[in-house]
Amino acid sequence: MSIPGPAAGFEAASAEVIDLKALQADSDIAAPMAELDRDLVGLAPVKQRIREIAAFLLVARARERVGLAAGPPTLHMAFTGNPGTGKTTVALRMAGILHRLGYVRKGHLVSVTRDDLVGQYIGHTAPKTKDVLKRAMGGVLFIDEAYYLHRPENEKDYGQEAIEILLQVMENQREDLVVILAGYRDRMASFFVSNPGFRSRIAHHIDFPDYDASELLAIAELLAAQSDYRLSPAAREAMIEYITRRQQQPSFSNGRSIRNALDRARLRQAMRLYAGNAVATREALQTIEAEDIRASRVFAT
Amino acid sequence: MRVTQGTFSFLPDLTDRQISDQIEYCLRQGWAVGVEFTDDIHPRNTYWEMWGLPMFDLRDAAGVMAEVRACRETHPDVYVRLTAFDSTRGWETVRLSFLVQRPAEEPGFRLERTEAEGRSIRYGLSAYAIDRPVGERYKSKQANAAQGDSP
Repeated sequence: MSIPGPAAGFEAASAEVIDLKALQADSDIAAPMAELDRDLVGLAPVKQRIREIAAFLLVARARERVGLAAGPPTLHMAFTGNPGTGKTTVALRMAGILHRLGYVRKGHLVSVTRDDLVGQYIGHTAPKTKDVLKRAMGGVLFIDEAYYLHRPENEKDYGQEAIEILLQVMENQREDLVVILAGYRDRMASFFVSNPGFRSRIAHHIDFPDYDASELLAIAELLAAQSDYRLSPAAREAMIEYITRRQQQPSFSNGRSIRNALDRARLRQAMRLYAGNAVATREALQTIEAEDIRASRVFAT
Repeated sequence: MRVTQGTFSFLPDLTDRQISDQIEYCLRQGWAVGVEFTDDIHPRNTYWEMWGLPMFDLRDAAGVMAEVRACRETHPDVYVRLTAFDSTRGWETVRLSFLVQRPAEEPGFRLERTEAEGRSIRYGLSAYAIDRPVGERYKSKQANAAQGDSP
């Protein structure tokens, strides 16, 4: 593959051919992308957008090499979606991906909420916010539930001060850090409406869709496998039923609900093995049975 | 007279890029980097003013460089140095310290002789600049003259 030569007048540059595949191998991006595909179930639009960003950064680097204008791209992002859809997990991966692409220098993630940025009394906010920003330099600053920064009901709220400092750094030190805001969809929308500065400084708005039942089952099996458990065929059936029931209930939070359900099933499995007083085989130790899942409150009704 | 203090004192002044690389080294060692400034450059003056607290938990030099720039902007006419503090047990001290800004004019030092008991003499150093009040010590002559004119 090669970049098409630029328009006439740049003959010298157009002679040069950049091998994007080689550049990709250089930046070692294939590995984290494959990991992303393997470890994250579903989230097709999110993966698509990450792939686009990765390609864009690669092309930006190729452009730089042939001497085309390559200003630092704006990579600040906003993740919106319901609870448990994987916003934090993806943010963590994002830090690694951007690091391997050579866009952020250190690739660490600093995860903060309103409490870490906003002070309690006058003059407390600016140093606090600046301190967090300094710690995040060279990496990714992840602001969870960012809409709490803005409290429209209180005009004197110090959140506005933190927002102004954030905006300033996001604009002037784009090459030093990437800011990712995350939160629930509707509240983020109203947050952006009341802070238009944020909306325009964030290039990538990524929406995390809810998982469907089959994806949730895949998540359950993946989570179990990651901690050396497995679901027996009957338990798998029970899990499918559990998921459909749980989805109908209030405060369902996607992947997080599944993780909690699995944690409780592990407790019940331990109790069952302990009470059974049997000799536990390796097989028994790692198998979660249907009864471990069916004991859940969700099946009570 | 060009003041030489701290690490790299006999090298030409470091560029911002070089300063940034040195900070990277300090952060890799796990040292806390702090910015300090003074207009009393006596070699025995170890207590400089701190520009904010030393910065812990940093991963990248960009944060420190932002503070260095802010300090230079606020105090363009004084000495500014970086200190890197090692908190490892047994060290618990500054491991690296170097100047990152010096005033445009450095008048130098005067040798002071004090008569002591008998005919013995005690020697001391004092910077010409400290004859002037704090805040005016290293400003250029024009700036000081301009300030004198204003009421």
